[in-house]
Amino acid sequence: MPLLTMSGTTKSFPGVRALDGVDLDVEEGEVHCLLGQNGAGKSTLIKVLAGAHQPDSGHITWRGKRVRLPTPVSAMRLGIATIYQELDLVEHVSVAENVFLGHEIATRGIVRPREARARTAELLARLGHPEIDPAAPVSSLSAAGAQVVSMARALSHDVRLIIMDEPSAALDPDEVDNLFRIVGDLTEQGVAVVYISHRLEEIRRIGDRVSVLKDGRVAARDLPARTTPTDELVARMTGRDVQYAFPEKTAADAPRAEPVLVAEGLARQGEFESVDLELRPGEIVGLAGLVGSGRSELLETLYGARRPTAGRILVDGKPLRPGSIVAAVRAGIGLAPEERKSQALLMLESVTRNVSVSALPRFSRGGWLDRARERAEARRHTRELGLSPDEPDRPVRTFSGGNQQKAVLARWLLRGCRVLLLDEPTRGVDVGARAELYAVIRRLADTGVCVLLVSSELPEVLGLADRVLVLREGRVVHSAPSHELDEHRVLDLVMRSPA
Amino acid sequence: MNSPASVASKPVPPPAKEGSASRRLPFDMRQLSLVGVLLALAVVGAITKPDEFLAAENLRLILTQASVIGVVTVGVTFVIIGGGIDLSVGAIVALASVWATTVATQDFGLGGMLLCSVLVGVGCGLVNGVLVAYGPMVPFIATLAMLASARGLALQISDGKTQVVTVDAVLDLGIKDSYVLGVPPIVIVFAVVGVLGWLLLNRTTFGRRTVAVGGNPEASRLAGIAVKRQRLLLYLLSGLCCGIAAFMLIVLTGSGQNTNGNLYELDAIAAAIIGGTLLSGGRGTILGSVLGVLVFTTITNLFALNNLQTDIQQIAKGAIIVAAVLVQKGRSSS
Repeated sequence: MPLLTMSGTTKSFPGVRALDGVDLDVEEGEVHCLLGQNGAGKSTLIKVLAGAHQPDSGHITWRGKRVRLPTPVSAMRLGIATIYQELDLVEHVSVAENVFLGHEIATRGIVRPREARARTAELLARLGHPEIDPAAPVSSLSAAGAQVVSMARALSHDVRLIIMDEPSAALDPDEVDNLFRIVGDLTEQGVAVVYISHRLEEIRRIGDRVSVLKDGRVAARDLPARTTPTDELVARMTGRDVQYAFPEKTAADAPRAEPVLVAEGLARQGEFESVDLELRPGEIVGLAGLVGSGRSELLETLYGARRPTAGRILVDGKPLRPGSIVAAVRAGIGLAPEERKSQALLMLESVTRNVSVSALPRFSRGGWLDRARERAEARRHTRELGLSPDEPDRPVRTFSGGNQQKAVLARWLLRGCRVLLLDEPTRGVDVGARAELYAVIRRLADTGVCVLLVSSELPEVLGLADRVLVLREGRVVHSAPSHELDEHRVLDLVMRSPA
Repeated sequence: MNSPASVASKPVPPPAKEGSASRRLPFDMRQLSLVGVLLALAVVGAITKPDEFLAAENLRLILTQASVIGVVTVGVTFVIIGGGIDLSVGAIVALASVWATTVATQDFGLGGMLLCSVLVGVGCGLVNGVLVAYGPMVPFIATLAMLASARGLALQISDGKTQVVTVDAVLDLGIKDSYVLGVPPIVIVFAVVGVLGWLLLNRTTFGRRTVAVGGNPEASRLAGIAVKRQRLLLYLLSGLCCGIAAFMLIVLTGSGQNTNGNLYELDAIAAAIIGGTLLSGGRGTILGSVLGVLVFTTITNLFALNNLQTDIQQIAKGAIIVAAVLVQKGRSSS
């Protein structure tokens, strides 16, 4: 009897069907690996298991009994613990208090800190880290140490299933070895582990079985982790059913104009190294790479939001003042950041005001705003981008994700920018609106803007970009015209471990 | 080529439901309701003290009392909309009023006193702004420190004594002869500051940036706005308002005192909040703040006319703040 069975699990969000009839079974003491591209539904699946999301349909069987997981606490009670990618620890509080957060050891409301520390020390020893002081604040620990604390927290419950979401992403190689030893110990005690990772070699080392998710469905199950050929795994992850409509590429045969933006040997310690980059007018360049490969950091450095530790950036052959957004914007660089709501938009304000905010001096004389001109010019650009509904005076929060993104793009058009940095431009945009956004981006490029595109979705990078740079662990490992690449090849480049 | 947009031009999902309140009215509901409260208070005044409340003299008194705190509130409103807080306004008013009324300053006459008052205000604002923007320090802490130091300095300069103004030009501004069409100059200053504040917030790049920085500092930074400079300017503005208010207080009382402006910070913040300014920043109106000040001042006046104690007054103010915020919450979540 499997420890856990999920069958027919379906979960929809507005505009997306994140899970579409997913079946999954996990045996006691096994390491069950989940593979899939970004957006395949892995995160949604584990959130359903953790009780953080409620499925629309389907049922879950736990040790032979039908269960519901209405809250994270109910999952915990059953013995399901989740270690999320972003560790959820309270920084300034001690290790022991973090481990027993929410289920403190206490008598009539009075905590017993000594006992908590003693039991934490036991758990840490069991995890092979007796050197971590239970009384030390979590903020004093390394990323690996914090992860051990997270695991100790999971074990402080009577846990039978641990879900780990890319646990090795923040770890050094020897820390990864220790993580694997812990996973080995746990499985020997009969605890099951659901392991999510993009690194195939890790899956080969510790995995038992592999399930592959693709577009919210199970594309393959019961694959043996150690012996399934890489080719087959990659093939299962790609070849999606949803076909996006991409605009025709026009820049490929255009005469090579002088580059507008050049980066030479750009580096930031621990994020990316010696990146060379040229962006030409009318060209869309795609950056492919996993989360954590340094993509967003590179984009933000070009934009001046981060200061490079080496190398330089030239716009029209002139060096750009490093680490200054104001200088970058003045030089004609615009950024559509990854987190649209928190990093780009003024949610309480109208579309017009969101569009005009970067170009206010253009409508003002001595600080005095010409509001009629502001509205007219903002409107011209939102119309051009097909804002729908065409009511730019409405608050931006009442628009759909795709139209909010158009407001961000319009902002930079209005500013007259020549280099557009797009970080995950279609995140949270539903499939129908995406094609429209792709067409908008291509139209912008056709007017002579250079576009640098970062996306977790390979088909998007390959379909939209003229040229693709593949980034792995902070280095550009490949650069080629996009028609010479396919999803399979890029995924291979992205996931292959460094020699 | 096939237009790719047409391939997938599924109708855009209808935007999130639009509250009928978001239709743009010349006044928003909150301001209308404050006007309603003011009218209700006037009715109460007219009924309880028919002869005294509506007398021109009393209305003038209400407006005069509202003027000093009103000017301070305009500055504080900007700071709060910009995502900050200024706890030091009362102390700055005290310091400026004391500094501008020392014997040495009074030697320079009206102009010298006014300049001194404004410079002290702007100087304190500069310190606040530099600490908050470039420290960077949490606004609450930086301005709390300014509150303590400015009060201390005011005590030291005045030695705790009331410094009487001997410059006739200054004293003349407080007497009846200086009224313009029956309106005291102080009230005119308040009106001018209010109008300028409204224009600054609604019609200039400065105002637009204030709202942006308060609403989403990260997005503002990434949109190329100089967020730190904006924060600095906001505290300068608040300091300037304090300097002006201090001079108004000097005219009104004919003296400078280190106890001046006591708890102005609370009154100003409370007025801004009941006027609809979000304490978290990003939204607020000057008109709302002005109405908030008038509501508080009218209540004080009503209580005084009816010989009610100040303790009851304080309780009533507290209740109004709570009620106003609850009403806002109810409206924004519906």
